[in-house]
Amino acid sequence: MQYWNATCECMSRDEMADLQSKRLIETVKRVYQNVPSYREKMQQKGVEPGDIKSIEDLKKLPFVYKQDLRDNYPYGMFAAPMSEIVRIHASSGTTGKQTVVGYTQKDLDTWSEIMARTLVNAGANKNSFIQVAYGYGLFTGGLGTHYGAERIGASVIPVSVGNTKRQIQIMKDFGTTIIACTPSYALYLAEEMEAQGISKDDLKLEAGVFGAEPWSENMRKEIEERLGIIAIDIYGLSEVMGPGVASECQCKCGLHIQEDHFIPEIIDPETEEVLPPGSTGELVFTTITKEGLPLIRYRTRDISSLTYEKCECGRTLVRMSKVTGRTDDMLIIRGVNVFPSQIESVLLEFSDIAPHYQLIVDRVGRLDVLEIWVEMNQKMFSDQVRKLEDVERKITKEIESTLGISAKVKLVEPKSIERSEGKAKRVIDKRKI
Amino acid sequence: MLVKQISVFLENKSGRLAEVTKILGSHDIDISALSIADTTDFGVLRLIVNKPEQAEKVLIENGFTVSCTSVIAIAVPDEPGGLASALEVLKNGSVGIEYMYAFVGKSSTHALVILRVEEPEKAIKLLEEMKIKVLSAEEVYNL
Repeated sequence: MQYWNATCECMSRDEMADLQSKRLIETVKRVYQNVPSYREKMQQKGVEPGDIKSIEDLKKLPFVYKQDLRDNYPYGMFAAPMSEIVRIHASSGTTGKQTVVGYTQKDLDTWSEIMARTLVNAGANKNSFIQVAYGYGLFTGGLGTHYGAERIGASVIPVSVGNTKRQIQIMKDFGTTIIACTPSYALYLAEEMEAQGISKDDLKLEAGVFGAEPWSENMRKEIEERLGIIAIDIYGLSEVMGPGVASECQCKCGLHIQEDHFIPEIIDPETEEVLPPGSTGELVFTTITKEGLPLIRYRTRDISSLTYEKCECGRTLVRMSKVTGRTDDMLIIRGVNVFPSQIESVLLEFSDIAPHYQLIVDRVGRLDVLEIWVEMNQKMFSDQVRKLEDVERKITKEIESTLGISAKVKLVEPKSIERSEGKAKRVIDKRKI
Repeated sequence: MLVKQISVFLENKSGRLAEVTKILGSHDIDISALSIADTTDFGVLRLIVNKPEQAEKVLIENGFTVSCTSVIAIAVPDEPGGLASALEVLKNGSVGIEYMYAFVGKSSTHALVILRVEEPEKAIKLLEEMKIKVLSAEEVYNL
């Protein structure tokens, strides 16, 4: 099976533009009617739904930011009545508040459809055994992949994250042909297999769909060699839909964006001007079929570029380059999005003034580790070691419950964290990806 | 009867202890007792000095995190069971000891011990009732 949906994936550019225009007009009308904050934003910019006649008019519309979702926490940006919402997911926010997304049944169908396309891109069919090692729960990775795999009619193995030994045993015993996880976890699996004396020839693994964190071509080569598979990069974010917004095909030359559902733009993050095809800038998405949480010109903060040339695979869908960075300070640690400000707000609970801190991210073996250095201050200090260790433990626990990742907290002396122009350097990322 | 103890936060890296003692030395501050409690990453240096207020001030000025705690200094007979009898008193009075350390000896007949307890006033009362010598702050600073 080469395509899941040839009609949509290989549509001519003109047909695609017509379809997108039609859907955009509908979406703008809906959000203007149903979401007060969109209506206000548009009124402030002097734009009315009637001004949007085709995708050429997209640039007239105001941007939407993660902050808007936070300001309207939890459901304020939903464009469908809650009675129509059948699923809620959430991702960690920057100040403790989560970003909440809601899906109608139609949204879930769309999500399954685009995730089916994604898995077919990696070579899946109804005979595949797809092991989902993304987290199940509020995180969109697990369930998103799951529904896509079911849509194809493949056999889904919903292992979720963790328990590497069991993952490997299941891969071997259940005859997994496709694995879905983060790329760093794929390498970790390879290492653990070697340690256990299990060869890639003992497995039936053919492909992997890897996402939720940035990775390099070198990493791809290593994964492909060590696991004996084809490794496909997938992209998604919960605000827009979840995994499946874009994915590579077997040509591995850019990620096809499911354009009949999402219109991408590349903008200059400073001037906010739309940049011509091929330029590198911030990726912006407009969803044109979503009902629960439609987003108009959502600023992803991911840096990428777009190419509209037809791909060798026959798909006409626009391709985005691998994400090369962020326009903000967000870190991705073991697939979890982490903003330094989240850590700061946790630390504030332990001290009147925000202590100076530094995040040190490294990759030990194949897994990301986060160390948080916190400068000691008079308020936190005690002559009793027990109390200081207690502070470390409490911070660690609080970070884990707020961000969902484990970190090692280390108390350091005042002024020991490097400062530049009086400002402490917040993040040291030692990972070589 | 309470003695001021200076505590300093130190990272476990070379030269930190030397730095503290150098700063105190250059300000003519004399250390009469010290102890270090450490973990893998950091330690807490506790000091008894002749000028605690000044020591606190200069260490803070030099960027250290410092706290001042009230502790008790006692003199116990320098013989087997000497310390045990003092600790027995506190045990019987249900006063818990957070930590303790011994002085650099200057008295030939007595050993000097620093005690950090949760209820120092109560501890002093108990100790004195049992005729255990509790040193005054002046006595300690002038050692």
